[in-house]
Amino acid sequence: MSGILSYLITLGIMAGIFAILTLGLNLQWGFTGLFNVGIAGFFAIGAYATAFLTKGPSPEHLGGLGMPIFFGLLISAVVSGLIAFLIGLPTLKLKEDYLAIATLGIAESIRLIFTNEAWLGNGNRGIKDIPKPWAELSAAPYYNLLFLLIIFIIIVFIYFFIEKSIHSPWGRVLKAIREDELVTASVGKNVFRYKLESLVIGSMFMGLAGGLYSHYISFISPDVFHPMQFTFLVWVMLILGGSGNNLGAIAGAFLVWAIWSGSEFLTDLLARISTDPKVSGMITNIQSPLRIILISVILELVLLYRPDGIFGEKKIL
Amino acid sequence: MPQLIINGIIMGSIIVLGSIGLTLTYGILNFANFAHGDIMAAGAYLCLFFLGLNVPFVVAVILSMCITAGLGILIDWCIYRKLREKTSVVLLIASIGAALFLRNVVQLIFGPQLVYYSSEIQMAKKLPFGIRIKPDEIFIIAASFLLIIAVHLFLKRSRIGKAMRALSDNMQLAGVIGIETEKIIFWTWGLGCALAAAGGIFLGLEVQLRPMMGWDVLLPIFAAVILGGIGSPYGAMAGGMIIGISQEVSTAFINPAYKSVVSFMILILVLLIKPSGIFGKKERLA
Repeated sequence: MSGILSYLITLGIMAGIFAILTLGLNLQWGFTGLFNVGIAGFFAIGAYATAFLTKGPSPEHLGGLGMPIFFGLLISAVVSGLIAFLIGLPTLKLKEDYLAIATLGIAESIRLIFTNEAWLGNGNRGIKDIPKPWAELSAAPYYNLLFLLIIFIIIVFIYFFIEKSIHSPWGRVLKAIREDELVTASVGKNVFRYKLESLVIGSMFMGLAGGLYSHYISFISPDVFHPMQFTFLVWVMLILGGSGNNLGAIAGAFLVWAIWSGSEFLTDLLARISTDPKVSGMITNIQSPLRIILISVILELVLLYRPDGIFGEKKIL
Repeated sequence: MPQLIINGIIMGSIIVLGSIGLTLTYGILNFANFAHGDIMAAGAYLCLFFLGLNVPFVVAVILSMCITAGLGILIDWCIYRKLREKTSVVLLIASIGAALFLRNVVQLIFGPQLVYYSSEIQMAKKLPFGIRIKPDEIFIIAASFLLIIAVHLFLKRSRIGKAMRALSDNMQLAGVIGIETEKIIFWTWGLGCALAAAGGIFLGLEVQLRPMMGWDVLLPIFAAVILGGIGSPYGAMAGGMIIGISQEVSTAFINPAYKSVVSFMILILVLLIKPSGIFGKKERLA
């Protein structure tokens, strides 16, 4: 397979994993107005959960039960949802920004726990050799294409699931909560319960995305899950795509991931122009801050000049 | 234990300086500014820049405070001002963008490595009860104390300070009686960010400088603000001290790496027991 094609496939897989995260966030924020800034935490929980369950025994970390990957992914979603449930209980009855601070706090706590408790997940060194699905095929050239197909099927499934729910009475209550909580409560809806359900389901998708990431990369460490950077990327994807629009969420994920990886490509090229190791070393040093600056400028511009994103929500009642 | 309490007072002073600005902008503009920690870091690095020019330390601190105040006002003017009509959450997202922007500009200019203001090793002075304290730390406590007194006088005596408290209490009412809201918002950013710069510099003096330092104090200052009651500067002072001391005392029992988890736990407890905080007004619930 040619280089460019296989590059595009890996790009597609990562963008697809981000699309699942963005769809989860869209359910929470786009349709219910819940401000979750702990995406990295839910993602990390999912990634670690399936690693513990599906890997063979190892002295380096907890678990090692060698279970099937399908089961691991299921538990990834469940554990992530459970954490969302626990964090939702004290915060969803309060003002919306308390949820933001609490989710940010839980994401940072999760990262600190996995960094410092070496018995849990091998600390900073992380967990390696997490099994891939159909591992016997993993050497084949079309293997990544197979993985992309799995991701694609999952995205389609989640897309139709959310679309179906949003157009059900349940979904209409969510949108009503987003528009005006007080009015929704006054017509007798249990606002707290609906918010909790939306938070838990959205976080389950995030946990699933974490699990898929774990099996795709085969390696996880706490560094990957830095709360602000990672979470921020998903937020930019949703805002750029247009919150409240599922297709927009998916498109936003692919677009931002393309910009994100593309900028790496560009600085790599810059670094190669100069043969002087000092200059190319300098360029590698500024690479990661430059990318984040670029993305944050894009976000501010979208917020200021195109607050509905590229697609926005279709205003149909 | 007395040593840990002294350490806690030092950390507490730093957190108080950060949280006064956060609570004022939170109360007045009604949004949680996630960039406040990185404003602190920006102030700390500005001071490093001035020290590099051989400016005396105290002058460097004052210069950094003024420039950081300007930086805060500039960010408000460029971004937040135009989003004020939107919901508080849009502002919150914008502030996350601003936070990452600031942090990475700092990293771009100063590099990702740890830096110290001075390579000198200070001898700790011995005090009764086995307490050891460095001259820098005495400076941090004294300077923070002076700044807090100054803020207190400013809020209680000056017209602008009084207007600030009025605005934080009830924006509509303050507007009705003729307080110029935009002017007060301008001053609030200035005051809050100047104090944040001082807090950041003292944090750099006590620990070290690194681009991520603003992130490290973000949860503690939020915990302090919520514990004290959003919008209440006096609450932030009390909350900051409580958070600082609890963080340091906790290191006697658990791994010091979990300091910010401790402040997060306190935050969750406050949300469960008394979400309006110690000095806050009661939130209207949906």
